[in-house]
Amino acid sequence: MAKYSLRHAFAEALVDLGKKYPNLVALEADLQDSTQSIQFMKAFPERYIQVGIAEQNMMGIAAGLALSGKIPVTHTFACFASMRACEQVRTSIAYPKLNVKIFVSHCGVSAGTAGTSHHAIEDIAIMRAIPNMTVIAPGDAREMRQAAEAAIRYDGPAYVRVGAGEAEDVYTETHHFEIGKATVLRDGNDATIISTGQLMYEAVCASDELRKQGKKIRVLQMGTVKPIDREVILEAAEETGFIVTIEEHNVVGGLGGAVAEVAAEIGKAKVRRLGIQDRFSPVGTAAYILGEEMLTINDIIVSLLEFVKE
Amino acid sequence: MTYNELERKAKEARKWLVETLVKCGAGHPGGALSSIDIMIALYFEVMNIDPNRPEWDERDRFILSKGHSSIGLYTTLYLKGMIEKDTLLTFRQNGSMLSGHPDMRKVRGVEMSTGSLGHGLSVGAGMALAGKMDKKKYRVFVIVGDGESQEGSIWEAIMFAAHYKLDNLTVILDRNGIQIDGITENIMSLEPYADKWKAFGWEVREINGHAMAEIVPALKSVPFTEGKPSVVIAHTIKGKGVSFMENTNAWHGGAPKGDLAAQALREVEEALAKD
Repeated sequence: MAKYSLRHAFAEALVDLGKKYPNLVALEADLQDSTQSIQFMKAFPERYIQVGIAEQNMMGIAAGLALSGKIPVTHTFACFASMRACEQVRTSIAYPKLNVKIFVSHCGVSAGTAGTSHHAIEDIAIMRAIPNMTVIAPGDAREMRQAAEAAIRYDGPAYVRVGAGEAEDVYTETHHFEIGKATVLRDGNDATIISTGQLMYEAVCASDELRKQGKKIRVLQMGTVKPIDREVILEAAEETGFIVTIEEHNVVGGLGGAVAEVAAEIGKAKVRRLGIQDRFSPVGTAAYILGEEMLTINDIIVSLLEFVKE
Repeated sequence: MTYNELERKAKEARKWLVETLVKCGAGHPGGALSSIDIMIALYFEVMNIDPNRPEWDERDRFILSKGHSSIGLYTTLYLKGMIEKDTLLTFRQNGSMLSGHPDMRKVRGVEMSTGSLGHGLSVGAGMALAGKMDKKKYRVFVIVGDGESQEGSIWEAIMFAAHYKLDNLTVILDRNGIQIDGITENIMSLEPYADKWKAFGWEVREINGHAMAEIVPALKSVPFTEGKPSVVIAHTIKGKGVSFMENTNAWHGGAPKGDLAAQALREVEEALAKD
């Protein structure tokens, strides 16, 4: 399997979309290499707006551009878009339902040894609680490219979240991203894994490993955390009785929270939430932290086996 | 309109503003009364707008960044024929489209939802930048409060507008000198105010914000310098036009009742009748 950086996948997609949408403009807050918005800058310098280190202003500028017929795409790290500029996003973008796309990189703990100031384990919960906001977290390059196009085509505010590193390819030609719809990556009725972001790779590996032991684990990639695909959650609850969620985010309020909220309505499944266990991370690489937080393939398998054995 | 006609229109606006405030029993009169002359000048003389086509692409844009002065904006839109009288008198009532801070999705003619201080200038700068990108002729006017400019994001926007040479952007600063908790210079000093804007690359003019003979010529001569955004520091009186509301933070927010309500109504009506 090949790996690819999702930041680069988004940046390349945005350059393609820039040819298709002449009103597409990109905003950057002094992180053009890290976010890869530099690619859009090179392709369309006249449609590239550097705002300096001023994320709150960037969101307001984006709102003003959207009000003037542009499709602004803001670029910064997840922690700054969702927290430093949170109120601008909520009051000046989501409340008037403006067509602004908030692209964020370095989500979760992917900034690794940079430390907690640069991690974002709260952003899904924050963005999910804002009315009118769409929250998208693609897991590989193919899903990212499709999600980028869907987000630009969608008329309204969207938050698109990716990590800093490379993501393993999971999507095949048969998989297709659509806003608000989960993607079925593996079939099975013994239990379900619901993933978001690039941990879908770990989810699929866990399912494939257990399949060797005759256990059929359904894998659903929730590329859109909001609006959440209620139907597939209810089906999974009904048909498999056990759901493990996995995300590079706090277990409070993220994908796990969203799935548990839906599943609790019919009360037919246990839900186990794998993610960051409501604490700030230790110093380490992203892989190290994910290991410490029990977000490896093996941790998923252990969680599933506890139930499947029952 | 002549200056006299505009001044009469502003008196009419004060009458409706106070009547709406008293009848609806809520609002922020202090900063609305300090900035109403500016809004009347903008809507009746300065801005290129068509009340019948508020979405007209070439229109000048107005943002009330200090959104709590909404009652002034609604009154102005009413006098301009863009809001019905019956609607105006639902201000802040249950189910109304007129909230304490304006919602652009509810009120046609409101360019941007505002209320959280420090947001509106960035949005205005975004509109001005889009105008430059598209080589459009429209201009953007933003009323910012003096207290509001204690928000750091205002200075981010000030830097941005100068950097991008947005000479199609004009800020009118409602320098009434008073914020909720008291005198701005006691709460968090802003002076030397004009020098700060100048240092950030803006062209500054200072005027009496209640004299049409000063407001109109200033706003009609923007941009003061090509390639620079303009700021008009309008020296105003908080609560202007209602004697007991003038120069005090006591009437930043709140509606008078009983005798005070009667007095406020009498004062604005007499001012109009005398004209």
